[in-house]
Amino acid sequence: MFVSSQNSPPVFKDFTLVMPAVAVGNVGQLAVDLIVSTLNMSRVGYMHTDCLIPMAGNNPYSTSKEDAEELHTPAEVYTAAELKLAVLQIRAPIIQTKSKRFRQQLVSWIKASGFSRTVVLSSSHAYQRDDQQLQGSPLRYLVTPSLLGVSADALKELGWREMERTPAFPGVTDTDAEPRLSIPGGGITKGLYSDSCAEDLPLAVLLLFCSEGDNIPDAFALVNHLNDWLHLLDNQDQAPKNKWKIPTSWSLLFGSGIPPALF
Amino acid sequence: MATFFGEVLSVYSRAVEEEDEDIVENEEDEEIRRELEKKREVNLLWSPEILQSLTSGNKLQCSDFILAVGHNAASFLSAYVLSSSNWDAVGRASVWNERSRAVAGQSSEDSACVFYRHKDNPSVLICRVTCYIAEDQLFQWAEKVFDCVQHRGLNVTVLSDSSVADYKTENYLSSSSAPFLRSLHTTAFSDQPVCQSLEQPNIVTGLPAAVLNHCQVHCIAAAVYQCYSDVIGPDSVTMETYTPVLTKLGKVMQLVQPPSTDVLSKFVRSTDIQSNLYI
Repeated sequence: MFVSSQNSPPVFKDFTLVMPAVAVGNVGQLAVDLIVSTLNMSRVGYMHTDCLIPMAGNNPYSTSKEDAEELHTPAEVYTAAELKLAVLQIRAPIIQTKSKRFRQQLVSWIKASGFSRTVVLSSSHAYQRDDQQLQGSPLRYLVTPSLLGVSADALKELGWREMERTPAFPGVTDTDAEPRLSIPGGGITKGLYSDSCAEDLPLAVLLLFCSEGDNIPDAFALVNHLNDWLHLLDNQDQAPKNKWKIPTSWSLLFGSGIPPALF
Repeated sequence: MATFFGEVLSVYSRAVEEEDEDIVENEEDEEIRRELEKKREVNLLWSPEILQSLTSGNKLQCSDFILAVGHNAASFLSAYVLSSSNWDAVGRASVWNERSRAVAGQSSEDSACVFYRHKDNPSVLICRVTCYIAEDQLFQWAEKVFDCVQHRGLNVTVLSDSSVADYKTENYLSSSSAPFLRSLHTTAFSDQPVCQSLEQPNIVTGLPAAVLNHCQVHCIAAAVYQCYSDVIGPDSVTMETYTPVLTKLGKVMQLVQPPSTDVLSKFVRSTDIQSNLYI
């Protein structure tokens, strides 16, 4: 699944992996774009899989004419070695019938690469929140047991709310209906979390309740929360500090320019 | 989702389809799913000579592979290149999906995806694809085709039709600018593309993207020339837009002198009229 784009395969041991789930509003993917663009990360390989819809385009993070014409694929891995950070960006929807297989491929790759922890950036339909979720911060987290041991203190300090388990049929009192984890609109998030618990992988999910629309503010919110935990921007010398760089591909997100004759 | 007027709308996400919880399937469901998957498999059917060569472990010796995706691209190759009758049809891909139409008396797959090889220069391979290849079949098509072809020194050129409505640009394009070409190429492609590179935030999808992905990952030199046209069906002006690409490939194969209008109009008329909405 992972194919290196360089002469020698990259080493991921003890790196932190950040990856998005293709979810409502594409918030995770937008947040990952900000990370790659701001930290100027370099591509080290491709996830060559039949589980994603094919697409191709020029370099979405290009800053000059020289690097503009570089082909990019639907799923690629970038690293910032000095931060021991690796990022997987997914740019295309997962083929519906292959989502389980995609999760399996991901889990195998994460295990084989030796990442110290994985953070999945995701989102969930805001309209499906229940009464208690409507109040307070729209940010939620989930953590597998094996990561909880290591990060419990940090998470407590950040004051984040854990994703609640909600009853399947609210209002119906039925002894069989246990509250369960539900992440509507989250794509493979729930499945990936469950698989990671089963495989004892250190994995965390960071998600935001949101709706479809202009999700750029959501992406900023999510990536700032992530930064509060992982401190990705601390080493940046660029001023102003804590400023995320928007990639050049974030243009015309809502269509082409308007014909002047329209007015 | 409830709106202000009391109606309930079903909300959808542009990113995700609602994922089915892992439904426990019974055996019958599983069998149906397996059979459907099998029916959707891409099958390559080669001529006996090539099949024998492949089964004995020798891949097709190929220096140039030209792929045309879409009616205009395919008709362009037919009119400007294949009409010289120096080409043998050496194989086809059979692809079945929800959009395959059964045409009475003829298998619709017959002419939809055909491979041709040059008689005098058998290392030049052309493929015309006019059928729809579904999202779950694209990767498979690219894998299976490139598995048959040797990669060393291979140059891939893809001609692809697209609608100008899909082209995003800041300055509104007036109708006089279409049709035009834009290119994308893999890192291994060291030549000069014949037209401007595809600007952000535009992307390529479908079969050309699947081919580019495969070539990028396997370090094969490949270039896609996407023609953005404002005409839906086959059109001679759109076809002519591809000419610079073949002039470049001229050393590999001879371009037929620009075909006569009779030849061109044959290709323009030959497709079924899908609907009479725009006549």
